[in-house]
Amino acid sequence: MIGSPDVVAFTKEDEYSQTNPDAWALPEEFSIPLHPLANTNPWAKTSYAKFTKDFILISEFSEQVGPQPLLTIPDDPKVCGTFDLNYFSLRIMSVDYQASFVGHPPGSGYPRLSFVEDSRVVLGDSKEGAFAYVHHLTLYDLEARGFVRPFCMAYVSADERKIMLQFQELSLRFSQASECLKAGNRRAFAKELQRKLRDLEYTHSVLEREEGLQKEAGPQCMYSPHAVEKANELANVEKSIYEHRDLLRQINSYHCHPRRDPHAVTCQKCMTECLSECEKLLDKYAKLANPFSYTVQMGKVEEQERQINVEGGQEGVEDMEDEGIGRRPSYTPQLIKAKSAKCFDKRLKTLRELCDESFYEATVELLKETERSFRGDLCYLYTRRLDKTLRRRQRVTNFLFEEELGVDDEDEGGILRPFCAVNHAADSYTLLDPPAIVLRPEPLELDSLQPPDPLDPASETSHIQSELEQGHLESSPSDHTLETQESSEETKGSFSSDKSGMGPAEKPQSLASVRPEPPDPDCDLTPDPDHNADLERESSSEETTAGEDEGGDQTPVSLLEVVSELEASRDDDCERISDGVCEMESDLLVPLDTACCMSQEGFLYEVSAPEAGSHPGQPSESLVVNQEPQAFLPLQDDYAVGSPCSESPVAGLELPMGLFGDGVSRTSVEDGSDCTMSASTGSERAASPLGYGGLVTLRHRKKAGQGALRFVRQYPFAIQALWCLLSGRTLVVLGSDEGRVRRLVAALALFVPSPGKCGERVQPWLSCPFTLTDLQRWKLIGLQRVASPVGSSMLYSLSRYSRYISILDADQKTLRCPPYRGKLLANIADHRTYIRRGSTYFLNLQSTLCRLAARAFLFTFTHHLHLPVSSTEGPEVVEGRRRCFLQEQLGLDEEDSQILLYLSQLITQQYLQAATGSSAAAPCFSFTYTTSVLYKI
Amino acid sequence: MFRWILGGREAQSSVEKSPVLCIGEEQPKNWFTELQVLKGHFDIVRFLVQIDDFRCASAGDDGLILVWNIETGERLQELRGHSQQITAMTTFSCSDGLVSHPSLISASSDRSVSLWDPDTGNRVQTISDLQSSVKCLLVLERLCLWVSGGEELCLWNRDFQLQCQKQSHSDTGITALIELPKNCMAAAMDKEIMIYRLTVAPDSSLTVAELRCLSDHQDQVRALINVSDGLFASGSHAGELILWDAIDWNILAYEHILWEESQSPAQAEIRLGAPKPSEMSIQQLSTNGKVLILAAVGSGLYVYSVLTKTVVAYRKVAHDSNVLHTMLLSDRSEVMSCSEDGSVRMWEIQDLPLPAEPASPGFFGLWNFGRSNKQSGPPKKIMDVPNIRTLELTGDLIGHSGAVQMFVSFKENGLVTCSADHLLILWKNGERQSHRRSLALFKKLEENGGLVR
Repeated sequence: MIGSPDVVAFTKEDEYSQTNPDAWALPEEFSIPLHPLANTNPWAKTSYAKFTKDFILISEFSEQVGPQPLLTIPDDPKVCGTFDLNYFSLRIMSVDYQASFVGHPPGSGYPRLSFVEDSRVVLGDSKEGAFAYVHHLTLYDLEARGFVRPFCMAYVSADERKIMLQFQELSLRFSQASECLKAGNRRAFAKELQRKLRDLEYTHSVLEREEGLQKEAGPQCMYSPHAVEKANELANVEKSIYEHRDLLRQINSYHCHPRRDPHAVTCQKCMTECLSECEKLLDKYAKLANPFSYTVQMGKVEEQERQINVEGGQEGVEDMEDEGIGRRPSYTPQLIKAKSAKCFDKRLKTLRELCDESFYEATVELLKETERSFRGDLCYLYTRRLDKTLRRRQRVTNFLFEEELGVDDEDEGGILRPFCAVNHAADSYTLLDPPAIVLRPEPLELDSLQPPDPLDPASETSHIQSELEQGHLESSPSDHTLETQESSEETKGSFSSDKSGMGPAEKPQSLASVRPEPPDPDCDLTPDPDHNADLERESSSEETTAGEDEGGDQTPVSLLEVVSELEASRDDDCERISDGVCEMESDLLVPLDTACCMSQEGFLYEVSAPEAGSHPGQPSESLVVNQEPQAFLPLQDDYAVGSPCSESPVAGLELPMGLFGDGVSRTSVEDGSDCTMSASTGSERAASPLGYGGLVTLRHRKKAGQGALRFVRQYPFAIQALWCLLSGRTLVVLGSDEGRVRRLVAALALFVPSPGKCGERVQPWLSCPFTLTDLQRWKLIGLQRVASPVGSSMLYSLSRYSRYISILDADQKTLRCPPYRGKLLANIADHRTYIRRGSTYFLNLQSTLCRLAARAFLFTFTHHLHLPVSSTEGPEVVEGRRRCFLQEQLGLDEEDSQILLYLSQLITQQYLQAATGSSAAAPCFSFTYTTSVLYKI
Repeated sequence: MFRWILGGREAQSSVEKSPVLCIGEEQPKNWFTELQVLKGHFDIVRFLVQIDDFRCASAGDDGLILVWNIETGERLQELRGHSQQITAMTTFSCSDGLVSHPSLISASSDRSVSLWDPDTGNRVQTISDLQSSVKCLLVLERLCLWVSGGEELCLWNRDFQLQCQKQSHSDTGITALIELPKNCMAAAMDKEIMIYRLTVAPDSSLTVAELRCLSDHQDQVRALINVSDGLFASGSHAGELILWDAIDWNILAYEHILWEESQSPAQAEIRLGAPKPSEMSIQQLSTNGKVLILAAVGSGLYVYSVLTKTVVAYRKVAHDSNVLHTMLLSDRSEVMSCSEDGSVRMWEIQDLPLPAEPASPGFFGLWNFGRSNKQSGPPKKIMDVPNIRTLELTGDLIGHSGAVQMFVSFKENGLVTCSADHLLILWKNGERQSHRRSLALFKKLEENGGLVR
């Protein structure tokens, strides 16, 4: 059924590996390229893969349909392209090295839960051009076979090295996600057990009452077949209660279980919460309820519950209030029919249901974040990581030129820090409470709690299966081998020798590839028009496909059809199968029958066939089954509401046009740039984010890089303009064309030190006269030139404050500012620069600015440059020392020193303000009295 | 100069039309290289009073009094209570044996006078429903009394109890008050200066008596100052500057500053018609307490020496518009002036290399030269004095967009200016501030125990 996994090691470094020469490999000219040169961009690793960028796939080994994909992140069908998710799910689920066996251990009579450690595997599929880090985990489900549901999360990429070299990080991230899922799952499992126990106790009490009645009726009735049946039933229920109680105890003991997984760090808070909750439940069901007590107590259940809640603390109080209002789902005990005591729902729980809602959401968020943080190729990731490390160390000066470090970025510092994705502050109260009992029918809960439908074939078969797999084996032997990077490579090796007979050349190669790939400088020198054109073509094609795909409103309808068809076929199945199997249910020890597998497979095909067959036009969508077949109805809503506003930053601005409307495709074009070099800024659409209160992100800044490069190449006096900005002299960009001025401002904003999170110190377009306070607030101003009375007053303010500002006239192409003759900025303001690409220029600029910031930091925090060393020294000595430092040691002349002095002043202010918070005092505005000169083009 | 900005054929800005001296952007002697804009007022700010070394109070037409820390630029207190514009404000520190701390007295056109504690912001005392609004205030610290001048002259003790009241004779009321020796006071009323004497009766009741009325001015008296112990000076709207003996109230010197050249037809075509009265009006007088009196005449500045009884240096057009406030720095020969044109200018009294030829640069210099050839009237007298000196512009502070009403200097700590644009600007020495910040930085660094927190 499962083809031999084609191992990671099998695929050698692709043919473009000259950046990382390997002594063992054949020279390039002798090697045959595995894949023809399909893509003009040799840097795109995804050239032969069927998907466009990396994604995360969550799959399940469903006991009903076998391996099936559940969810991709990003949740966008275009990401996977023509990549066969079903097939790949099969592949990744087939390398599950968890040993998830449940059953009776030799000594005890109760079924055991096994606490399985996650397993981590890297696997590859050279044919598909896909490589994946696969993380297997097991969740508990009371209704599932053996109480376990195997899942896996995979990071799928076309670049093997990316996965291998990021293994640790991936492993950490996915472990966090897994822990989060599992924590939620344990909680949900405990709740489910509680419900079940309550049902069972209720049933038990009812049965006992019946038995008591029979006893009263006399001995002749006691041995009637009916009575015997009842007695058996009662015994079964009792047994079941014991079993479930034991399960509850086991899940409670989870935390005592030693973890061998180094990444498996659970959040202490979650753990204690869960623990206390479980203990509460355990106490509650410690002993079998008094035969008649349950019925007697029925009325008092609420009372009990209340007491428990009061003991539970604050949440209990809130809980009571809620109960009164009836907002929360309440619960009525159900009578469990004997026959169906161990019967399964026809429908398996979805992943969302398996884990607490909040935990599920948190996990998805976590994975989205993971996906986001692994975007881009390896070299980009490395650069970014270096960049981040550097920035973490330079907190004092980061505000100058770097964008804000996110909170998550800071988290990366502590690798094995206990982590919890769930926001405790918000959720604790809902999580803590066990479902309250209200004697009132609750339709919402009914379907999962009703006596399971005996006509469900799936539950039947899986039930049987679960009964059989009752060997008790705690965890798999392969856990350890996959924990670290070395071991993962070992696994790779073992895979190769086992299954596909991989050549020995691979291993040294992958070891060598641990070295970070240096960014190739040449790539930036390639002229970019082609690339831009490519991009445009790409985007346009994408948009057209989106339009085709759209099919818009039909989708829900077709889904409905699927559902109805499914249900129809399923009903048939049920009728066929049910009769035969029902008798075996309550029996705990039925030998495993291959018929189960058969029926499973049959179901698999039946389900997928109508889907694929009836809707050939929608391949991308049917690839992902978000939920179990029965759960299709809610699914439509998910699709209709959820997907258009997936995670795009502009989601709030654009109306979702349809399922695959423009909004999605456009955003995916914009943030889908996996490649570092793909920042293409057509100047015409340089809608700068400045002044709209939005955060200035790295992407904006990169885009601005193109504009800045253009400015530098176009204006010979760019260096003077940059000097003005860097030395804190406000630059006014004067022009009559708003677009041009805005573009210039957006480009020049890169050079404004400490621009503020949202670019507060930049005013892209101003059409009224400015005042001194404006000059103080804004360091870069775009000013409208108007020929009217307003214009003359504006000119008056320009001339009045001319000593504080430099004026860049966008129309006349002149710059009026103090003369600058320094050399410090020569390499970022050379109008004969060879840099052609905006993003390259941006990087060049960033390194220069970073260097400046570092110097300013040194200057600011060097004590003797500012203060006298001894009491005999006068201010002149310090002044001389400072001058000497700037000139001799840093090699800066007068004007370059001004840059440093200004940056230093900003650092000082920032540092002093950090303590006092927002200072009540007005900000300072420094200036110098120097003559300006007029530069012309 | 800014024709290139205009990019068109529009009329040129006033910069080129006005003959005022322009120093340009290179100002090596100007050490005000940092500024803070202090916001808080909602209307014209007219008064600034220095409370102590680091505090300053501002008041204006919005009836608000704000107390500022000029070291940090923080607003310390907001004194609210007056419903209309403030007409006068002064500090009042009366040592009653205990530690004296300065209070503020403010008078408003809502006809009330209040005493404020600038530390707490409390209104300690207040008098309302006065017969007329108070136009000037005088504190007699020696006697722990204060005097308010308006349409009547009132004498108050420190508990705001009225001691004595005197109606003034003129319609305009008292516009200026100064203290003279021997418990005397001089009050400017229209064209006259009235001398009052304060007498303390044996039963400690106070009486004020009019001693003499000095009516030598031809026009309204605009300015009245004490020069030294034995001298006081007054200036009138018609440009008369009179130096008085403070003991026997005799005229010591009479100087009439007039633009004589406006009468000459050759200049009239340049001057746009006859001089407006304000152009010869003495707006304000200031002194360094020794020998120099600085008179703000129209938009010009005149430095008058008490010793030689002559004008020793002058700038006929020192500003584009009327000069509103001036200051002579006592120990140095430096002059500051602010004007309706929104600028503050700093001048230095320099010796001329050639006495007959004022070597002032720019257009105004030429003008000056041209005028010196026409030798008639008082300016001729000025030119004849051999040791004539010149006022050399050393820097200007541009920041306000309205008339700069007043300024207060805190020496090397800075300068506060207030203006009709509702703003105060705190001008500071950038290097000094930078040094202060460095000190603070390393102090905090030490407190934090290094950079890594």
